[in-house]
Amino acid sequence: MTDLNTNPIGEIEAIAVVEDPRSQWWDVWDQFKTHKGAVLGLAFFVLVILLVLVGPHLWTIAPNHIDIRAKNQGMSLAHPMGTDQLGRDTFAQMLSGGRVSLAVGVVAMALSLFVGTLVGVLAGYFRRIDGLLMRFTDLFLALPLLPLLLVIIMLFRDTLRAAFGPETGIFILIVFVIGITSWMQTARIVRGDVLALKQQEFVLAARSIGTPPHRMILRHVLPNVMSPIMVSATLGIANAIITESALSFLGLGFPSDFPTWGRLLFDSTNFMSLHPARVIWPGLAISLTVLSVNYMGDGLRDALDPRIRGR
Amino acid sequence: MKMKSILLGAAAALALAPMAQAGRGDSGHLNIIYWQAVSILNPFLSGGTKDVEASSLIIEPLARYDEKGNMVPWLAKEIPSVKNGGVSKDLKSITWHIKPGIKWSDGSALTAKDAVFTANYCMAPDGGCAQKANFADVAKVEAIDDLTVKVTFSKPKPFPYGPFVGAQSPIIQAAQFKNCVGAKAPSCTEQNFHPVGTGPFVVDQFRANDVVTMKANPNYRDPNKPSFASLTFKGGGDAAAAARSVLETGEFDYAWNLQVDPTILKQMAAAGKGEVISAFGTSVERLMVNFTNPDPKLGDKRSTVEGGPHPFLSDPAVRKALSLAIDRQTISDVGYGSAGKPTCNVLPAPAIYASTANDSCLVQDIAKANKILDTAGWKRGSDGIRAKNGVRLSILYQTSTNAVRQDTQALIKQWWSEIGVETELKNIDAAVFFGGDQSSPDTFQKFFADIEMYTNNFNGTDPEAYMGSWTCKQIPSPANNWLGDNMPRYCNPAYDKLSSEMAGTADINERAKLAKAMNDMLMQDGAMIPLVHRGSVSARSKTLMGVKMNAWDSEMWNAADWYRAK
Amino acid sequence: MLNFTIRRLLFTIPTLLLISLIIFLLLDLAPNDPTGNLPLTIPAEVREQIRKALGLGDPIYVRYYRWLVQFFVNEPLNLLGEWTHSCIGDCENRLRVTSWATRSPVVDLIAERMPQTLWVVGLSYVVGILIAVPIGVYSAYRQYSWFDQLGTFISMIGFSVPTFFTGVLMIVIFSVQLRWFPSIYDTTLRVTDWSSLGAQIRQMAMPVFVLALYNAAQISRFMRASMLDNLNQDYVRTARAKGLNERVVVLVHVLRNSLIPVVTVIALGVPQVFGGAIITEQVFKVNGLGQLLIIGIQGADIPLVQTLTFIFAVLIVLFNLIADILYGILDPRIRYD
Repeated sequence: MTDLNTNPIGEIEAIAVVEDPRSQWWDVWDQFKTHKGAVLGLAFFVLVILLVLVGPHLWTIAPNHIDIRAKNQGMSLAHPMGTDQLGRDTFAQMLSGGRVSLAVGVVAMALSLFVGTLVGVLAGYFRRIDGLLMRFTDLFLALPLLPLLLVIIMLFRDTLRAAFGPETGIFILIVFVIGITSWMQTARIVRGDVLALKQQEFVLAARSIGTPPHRMILRHVLPNVMSPIMVSATLGIANAIITESALSFLGLGFPSDFPTWGRLLFDSTNFMSLHPARVIWPGLAISLTVLSVNYMGDGLRDALDPRIRGR
Repeated sequence: MKMKSILLGAAAALALAPMAQAGRGDSGHLNIIYWQAVSILNPFLSGGTKDVEASSLIIEPLARYDEKGNMVPWLAKEIPSVKNGGVSKDLKSITWHIKPGIKWSDGSALTAKDAVFTANYCMAPDGGCAQKANFADVAKVEAIDDLTVKVTFSKPKPFPYGPFVGAQSPIIQAAQFKNCVGAKAPSCTEQNFHPVGTGPFVVDQFRANDVVTMKANPNYRDPNKPSFASLTFKGGGDAAAAARSVLETGEFDYAWNLQVDPTILKQMAAAGKGEVISAFGTSVERLMVNFTNPDPKLGDKRSTVEGGPHPFLSDPAVRKALSLAIDRQTISDVGYGSAGKPTCNVLPAPAIYASTANDSCLVQDIAKANKILDTAGWKRGSDGIRAKNGVRLSILYQTSTNAVRQDTQALIKQWWSEIGVETELKNIDAAVFFGGDQSSPDTFQKFFADIEMYTNNFNGTDPEAYMGSWTCKQIPSPANNWLGDNMPRYCNPAYDKLSSEMAGTADINERAKLAKAMNDMLMQDGAMIPLVHRGSVSARSKTLMGVKMNAWDSEMWNAADWYRAK
Repeated sequence: MLNFTIRRLLFTIPTLLLISLIIFLLLDLAPNDPTGNLPLTIPAEVREQIRKALGLGDPIYVRYYRWLVQFFVNEPLNLLGEWTHSCIGDCENRLRVTSWATRSPVVDLIAERMPQTLWVVGLSYVVGILIAVPIGVYSAYRQYSWFDQLGTFISMIGFSVPTFFTGVLMIVIFSVQLRWFPSIYDTTLRVTDWSSLGAQIRQMAMPVFVLALYNAAQISRFMRASMLDNLNQDYVRTARAKGLNERVVVLVHVLRNSLIPVVTVIALGVPQVFGGAIITEQVFKVNGLGQLLIIGIQGADIPLVQTLTFIFAVLIVLFNLIADILYGILDPRIRYD
């Protein structure tokens, strides 16, 4: 009997979604707009992106141009953020470094979220593959990171470099490495939430009317595990930016004359008491970016929650 | 009145004299930080500089090098030579006489048997002795009597001071290590962590890769030394943190190997707690030029002689121009400060071996470098990069990961761009780069790049083995498992001839002439581009006296004479 | 539940064996080398002999088997012998898992490192949780209040500014300028009286603070998000409608239901406590397990790294099991059978 009823209802539901998909996203956007922090975060994020995209065309000093006579300078008109120990302009480095750091941060975070959520939802929802997937997660948690990285780099660096050129090749490698080594926490958390969620009445109800698994997951499960995913996203972006700097330091990342925010912060740590400004800029850039992503995540989660949106 | 004050002064001086020359333990506690932590106190099983230096506080050789690089007798009465009869006329044996009355820290007497045991311990097969090179060509070591050791070599040795000389070749106690020979060596944890020695200190507590605490040796030969009653030998952190703990916070008295940006060191030293000290040995930071073709398309023949010569580095004009474009003074100032001197030689010291024939490279001359390349037919393309017959001057430049090296790379890249040479920088984790793993493409022996940079040096003061590194048979290749020291793959019969001539020459002045000739040949052929003669740099607290910084031996070599300023 | 636990425990044995094999293969494949950190003055032939003496010449399955025997048979026997002060079997010649760099038994090295790691990393973890949970709960309860905004700001700074930076900053301020705390941790310090306890607290203050900030930042974010999800649920409205005390509603009903993601994060973090905090230990020279691991990795000390990572893997599997059991306790609807 339930089987008979399933399909019509499912279809009606589907039709409703297809008929008026825009209004739902407009609702989300309207709700998002009411969240002051989220709007501010979005504005800041867009500003930073514009700055790092357009900035290098306006501020024409090359980030790796060395002017040894102007080394270790403080803030001035010629160098608004000072210079480093070789006389490279910090502002130019921040602009071109931001491009790389943001790209690595966002893409690696997205990859890690995708893998983590996929594994977490599948493990939590399908009892049969739960054990296998979770032991797989345990394995990844247990692998020593550094030797793993050394092996990955040894096996793939030259192939990727040959196929995509030095910069794109290494970008793909870094994003892959960070993504592949940071999804486990998300997976475990999402699985825990899904396990709890599966027992709730609305899931039972949806299942009892025969909703197919993929629609169950996309329509009922995923929206309800958005909060931990959003937190993971915020933390993940910071994590990716910092990890990238650690990779470069180990000689596994971008070439050494290729600035990124994490690297600028790392390199300037020892100069902290000599030139405090040098540490503050990259530190501030990373923190504010992460903060803006956090507020955007907050706003998005509220906006996606039908209970809040209705209010 | 005047007389009285003089007398009083004299009396005060008399009273003070014993205080200045304090007795054993009067200076209290000494804090030393080696940011690379000590793993083991048996230098035969490690070879790491940190381990050799820490163990040199405990165990000692028969002779060692002083801060000027002169050999001084330590546990031996005098340095054997042909003149005093200690070295045989045919140069095939050397006889050492041990000072009488020297005791191990457990109270037993040091005898020639201990030296014989030490040699057999290191030469035992399966032992994996890291200092085996010091015992090269040794045929036999025997005890003539209780205090006389005779080392016989299998062939004439113009420089017979390998065994028992310097911090790398100390004497261990036969009684303690008798069950630890050969394959059993690694299982003797207790012995390796708490060696019995003749040196000024004995191990109290040993925590591998963390900290060693030591106490003054109660049986040390000089009853008034060491002045310190105990010491802590801490490891961990990085060079900047170690420097800070001596120069800024004053928590430690001595910090080793401070390769930190010179501006930071200077600023730390301004706090007034300590001072930066340096000493120059034989270390030279240099660029190795690949004479063979590292093109990945060559597959197994990559960077081997069979793979053919390098497409553009085989042109002497290019090598010359690359060297001329570099401002060595700036590299030295930016990266090394007081611990660096620009150099044009790969063999910069001892003074007797140092050539002056190549000093013209000290002056950077971009215009001249450009002219050389123009004359040689390398024309700038539309992108500013020179090319000839379709070969672009595009260099892959690799080195180990290290902040100073990356700064040097950035500087050189800029200068080379000014002469129309494109450079891609690559840095590799030091453990991989210097690791020699056969399966890794990134080792310095495989040299899958056009230029690579690192520092090398030699132990002691005799350059024969070191200069032998660039003979044809030392070229690394798959046939010898890439085990060879001739990274540039430089092969010149004239050079090989000089090298074998040196092995048969005993006279020191003749040897010096040969060594200089070899150095000049390497430099003029541009097989290497030397950059900076590097000193070791350490820091001492202003209250720590008696430190004589030594680049030829362990920095701890005269720790028995150290004391605390009152 | 008991059934489930036993089944899972039995299942961990093949899992762990497989993990140990994969770790071993990975370490063997890694391009670093135990002679890589030796001075270049040691010639290539001598390096080759050192490698042979370490057993690197043997085929990989021999080395893996050797490690298995040493770790699963010899080490437990040795431990048993030490406890009972007796000699079990051939205790004189029994080969234990021996580190290549220090030539000493790995298990002894680990035991030596435990105290400082547990003191510093463990304490910072506890402090982090104790700070994070109340902050997360209150931030969610008073969402968008000034307290919430401040908490968000601080935790974002805490998370996005890495410990290599905060650690050095603390040293420059508190060791160099103010001279309150030592910049170097003394692992030989024994707490015997009040003054040595004071010294221990002073040397722990900075690393514990740095790590606690980092941990608290992360955990409080998950706590807050999870609380927010639950505060809007129907059962909360029902509970309030029933006239339950607000305190009971929040602290009993909502908190308990919100703990699942937090328990996951906390459980995942516990093995990492034993893994040490590599960067923080390095900055403050604590020389705990994290520093031991990183030195081992840099020196390609395979027996050391293999043993440490394996113990780490055991803890991970164990704490994930504990987390799963806790889910069932926190949310009785979750059933595994």
